[in-house]
Amino acid sequence: MTNLLDAYAGVAGQDVINHLRQLARPLQGMKVVHVNSTKMGGGVAEILHKLVPLMQELEINTSWEVMDGNDDFFQCTKNMHNALQGNHVRISEKLLRAYEQVNRENAERLRAGLEDADFVFIHDPQPANLLQNCPKRRGKWIWRCHIDASHPYRPVWKYLQQFVSGYDASIFSLAGFAKSLPHPQYIIPPSIDPLSEKNMDLPGDEIDAVYGEFQLDPQRPLLLQVSRFDRFKDPLGVIQAFRIVKKFVPDQQLVLAGGGATDDPEGEIVLREVREAAAEDQDIHILLLPADAHRKINALQRAADIILQKSIKEGFGLTVTEAMWKGKPVIGGDTGGIRLQVTNFNTGFRVSTPEGAALRIRYLLRHPQKMIEIGGKAREFVRDNFLLTRHLREYLTLILSLHYGAKDRIELS
Amino acid sequence: MTETTVQPSPGMGHGDFVIKDCALIAIATGSRAMTLKELRDGLRTIDEASIFYHFWGGLLQPRFEEREYNNDFAAWAWYHLHDATLAERMAVIDPIGFASLEALRGELLDIIEERLDEEEYLPWLQATSPFEFIRSQIVVFDTHKRAASPEELVRLFPDISASSIFYHFIDARRRLSHHGNDFSFWLAGFDGRYQELCNRLNGIDPYFGSLTDLKSELNDLFQEYFREVVI
Repeated sequence: MTNLLDAYAGVAGQDVINHLRQLARPLQGMKVVHVNSTKMGGGVAEILHKLVPLMQELEINTSWEVMDGNDDFFQCTKNMHNALQGNHVRISEKLLRAYEQVNRENAERLRAGLEDADFVFIHDPQPANLLQNCPKRRGKWIWRCHIDASHPYRPVWKYLQQFVSGYDASIFSLAGFAKSLPHPQYIIPPSIDPLSEKNMDLPGDEIDAVYGEFQLDPQRPLLLQVSRFDRFKDPLGVIQAFRIVKKFVPDQQLVLAGGGATDDPEGEIVLREVREAAAEDQDIHILLLPADAHRKINALQRAADIILQKSIKEGFGLTVTEAMWKGKPVIGGDTGGIRLQVTNFNTGFRVSTPEGAALRIRYLLRHPQKMIEIGGKAREFVRDNFLLTRHLREYLTLILSLHYGAKDRIELS
Repeated sequence: MTETTVQPSPGMGHGDFVIKDCALIAIATGSRAMTLKELRDGLRTIDEASIFYHFWGGLLQPRFEEREYNNDFAAWAWYHLHDATLAERMAVIDPIGFASLEALRGELLDIIEERLDEEEYLPWLQATSPFEFIRSQIVVFDTHKRAASPEELVRLFPDISASSIFYHFIDARRRLSHHGNDFSFWLAGFDGRYQELCNRLNGIDPYFGSLTDLKSELNDLFQEYFREVVI
């Protein structure tokens, strides 16, 4: 059966699928195991839901295991996640012991499969300690860090480093995220799934429906930012930019779409500030959408004229990739992975201030033909570089590279 | 570990043209520079595979193809050091014109040294983002497609992938002693019958534009040549 590969060929091109088949041929029959901490929710699970069946269709014996954990374990790994992103989070000894205990327990359950595998991909910090609990492992183990760990909180990184150093290789999303580790550190940017609800093509009436649902006027320019209400995403800066532009383009509309209920106290404060800043303007729409409103977000992105991601700090910025895939010009903060995706006058504009964002919004609204041109280039740039098929190609290349030795050049016969 | 093979692609020069394909993967070297002095120091010792990557890797790695500055060093000088003079001098370097990556390294170092001498503030100027030295690994595989004659190669050409073009036209510069391309190398084995075609192929500048553009240019050249020959 090759249904999934055929479906991706329809989006990414048959060439890309042929390339994958050729790369996978020497790996057929090999055992590959992915381990992460959740089957549902989050970017990693989203990618694995498609990546694993694709690898299976390529006749690589691929499986996916999920860690079982308790409250202390998940509290600990949530803190680790925040600490790797630079927050000064102290993790108690009790939580660290729970982390190690849960890894030991999972190793008991998974050991046979992991020790027998040719390649094991361990995703993020949660299962990182499994390696030390599989002493008879015969394959290569790779730690895949999906987090922006460029400026981690040192004590937490030092703790994790003792586990991660033992791996055969690690993967980071950007060169700037790589750490000092005694093994090769591969650079593999993340990707979007073009066939997921978030990114698939939608019927025109479903896109049109969002205008009515959210009281938007389809005849007037629509600006959109999709992100959590977080200071690093600078929603207040977006409102400021909108206000500046309004003097010149009074009929524009702005949608700030983000998560609703949150257990993040800082998020609540930012949301309150955003509501206050937007209070007197009927053309600013704050949408609190549930976490699974993927099709709704997709439709909003397709309805928008310009998409903003005016982040002050950003990891890779997959929301930018998603916007570009919908053929929209993106105005993004000049930071993190946005720099890799947004090139001025080609796929959008990078900005450092609300004034800069306002300037670029005005420019684009005055040049509708340029918006179409930039949107078209943005979509093709994503097609060539940031679809799941490229991500898979790089995983296969990495596996081949580790399998045949860390030479600069590997010639397969 | 570093291993650089400077050899013709197996199967080239005699018999069938073996169409190969490749995939590139980037690896962080752990070396980074925040100032021009640090860039110079990094360049002195970095593996030449990293220099190759920063000039050519963009063709196969995520990077926008219509870049203002077409190598990573020049782009960093412009976007992160904000030194237009240096960016322009680095951008104009034509990597094809250098006999080896070592010679290219020497040219880069000369330009940086010259610029450091010109401006007193430059050695201390902090970039807005570091230059990350990256190297790459290339995995080469056989597509199992063969062309027994130049005419057959032309027929197969439209179905050759962009990464295959990278292998035969760009990567070949590292493998072939005269820094040519696999097509010319193979055609040269036909006792001079295709010398004119080789000359035209050697005249193509692959540095600007994308692999798709390059493929299209090569395809047009092949088609045109054989149309002329038939006429």
